[in-house]
Amino acid sequence: MKTLSKIYNILIFLFLYAPIVVMIIFSFNDSKSRTVWKGFTTKWYAELFGDQAILDALLLSFIIAILAAIISTVIGAAAAIGLKSMNVKLRNFMMSLNNIPMVNPEIVTGVSLMLLFVVVYRTTGLLQPGFGTVLLSHITFCVPYVILSIMPKLRQMNPYIYEAAQDLGCPPARAFMKVVVPEIMPGIITGMMMAFTLSLDDFIISYFTSGSSAQTLPVVIYSMTRKRVSPKINALSTILFLIVLFLLVIINFRQIRDSAKEREKEQVKG
Amino acid sequence: MAKKKNSWLAAPFGVWMAFFTLIPLGVVVYFALTDSAGAFTFDNLLGIGQHAGTLLRSIWLGAIATVLCLILGYPVAYSISRAKGVSQQTMVMLIMLPQWMNFLLRTYAWMTLLENNGLINKFLGLIGIGPLSMINTSGAVVLGMVYNFLPFMILPLYSVMTKIDKHTIEAAQDLGANGLNVFRRVILPLSVPGIITGITMVFVPAVSTFVISKLLGGGKDMLIGDLIEMLFAGTAVNYNVGSALSLVLMILIVVCMAVMNKFDDGEETGALIA
Repeated sequence: MKTLSKIYNILIFLFLYAPIVVMIIFSFNDSKSRTVWKGFTTKWYAELFGDQAILDALLLSFIIAILAAIISTVIGAAAAIGLKSMNVKLRNFMMSLNNIPMVNPEIVTGVSLMLLFVVVYRTTGLLQPGFGTVLLSHITFCVPYVILSIMPKLRQMNPYIYEAAQDLGCPPARAFMKVVVPEIMPGIITGMMMAFTLSLDDFIISYFTSGSSAQTLPVVIYSMTRKRVSPKINALSTILFLIVLFLLVIINFRQIRDSAKEREKEQVKG
Repeated sequence: MAKKKNSWLAAPFGVWMAFFTLIPLGVVVYFALTDSAGAFTFDNLLGIGQHAGTLLRSIWLGAIATVLCLILGYPVAYSISRAKGVSQQTMVMLIMLPQWMNFLLRTYAWMTLLENNGLINKFLGLIGIGPLSMINTSGAVVLGMVYNFLPFMILPLYSVMTKIDKHTIEAAQDLGANGLNVFRRVILPLSVPGIITGITMVFVPAVSTFVISKLLGGGKDMLIGDLIEMLFAGTAVNYNVGSALSLVLMILIVVCMAVMNKFDDGEETGALIA
């Protein structure tokens, strides 16, 4: 039974990783062919870094992701704190509002925003599809995730420490910065990181809201896959994969180390 | 309480959501119920009938992919939830890792594997089978869906399963339940919330996809997502019909989720009583 489940897990992981491994191998293939190995080369990487369209798109994606992460974190953190002190009815209403972009199929969110921008542009001449519309859309789908990662931290927080700070003569705004913000910081950071990656990776919503002037990297990748050509795309995938692998391994090791420390502490206590 | 003062902090969020979530959905409804001149009409919604085949095919392929994800993912989630410390964390990381790579690139990788002279057919040729035509079939589309969304099934299942109290399982064993009965009477009922979350997390993106069907299905058998994409950004722009289709897709998914949630409540209380 044990070995059987091991073999099964290996097969599933093989299924998940086979395409990625093939892609990495063929990013070094000295031929345009995607099936025949013709020898080792790094020319696709050189071509990738010489491709101005891809580099521009990458830069644009990063700028939008950073701005979307910062703005959605500010809106989301304020909202989470505000929601906490609201009456239940209003809060439930706001939370269901918060759920809409997460539950709705992305394509519907995409086309609804596109229609909004089209209507606004036709009537007022504002919000021409481009950088602004993509950024507004990204903030819209990031805010809900920020709120959901901060809410649990607020719930865990002891409300009396904020009041205690005020009782001890700290003005409310300062007490807020000194007491509440540090308490919910882990939630804020998780939310911001989530917003950043969601924005960086988004294709569907950007596709409908970007127009031709602000094509993010996924949108450019999509137009590349439609033409089915250059192995540059394999090189790009390999680089992105290695970056993600590196980041996740670091995060994972930190978690393992932290949980080992926790266990040590508990043993000392026990 | 002094806390009440803080509720104004949610105001920017409320305004933002009104502008960029509620009003856009209102605009979709408006376009769905008007013709190109702006006059009120039901024609767009009534015209959906001619796309019934596309709609049904999307639901059918999405449902197959969801069931496959559940069948394939359940044992993996279970064995991860039973693994110890470091190996558990590593396995979760390995499940998440491909997810962090752009899904267009992952789907593109399958395109090169499934081609008529692709690697799988090359391999099959070596052992004397094929070539099979795999790309541009419904099967390839389902495969793409399963591949892209399998982690969405495994992760919620895993997180529910790790919360199952070990003592409950031990109690069942002490009371004489064999492996199958422990699974059927304890583990399965307690993992229902994870199954529900997993199903919605796979079904919603699967049923509304347009990228997977374009890349792996060759655009022959259109899905509802392809149709919507075509009507908004493609060759046959018609915002009114496109909005009607989007509205139908949205309602369809809300109905599915409502049914699933009913099922969830019933099962949970049922499990408690039994």
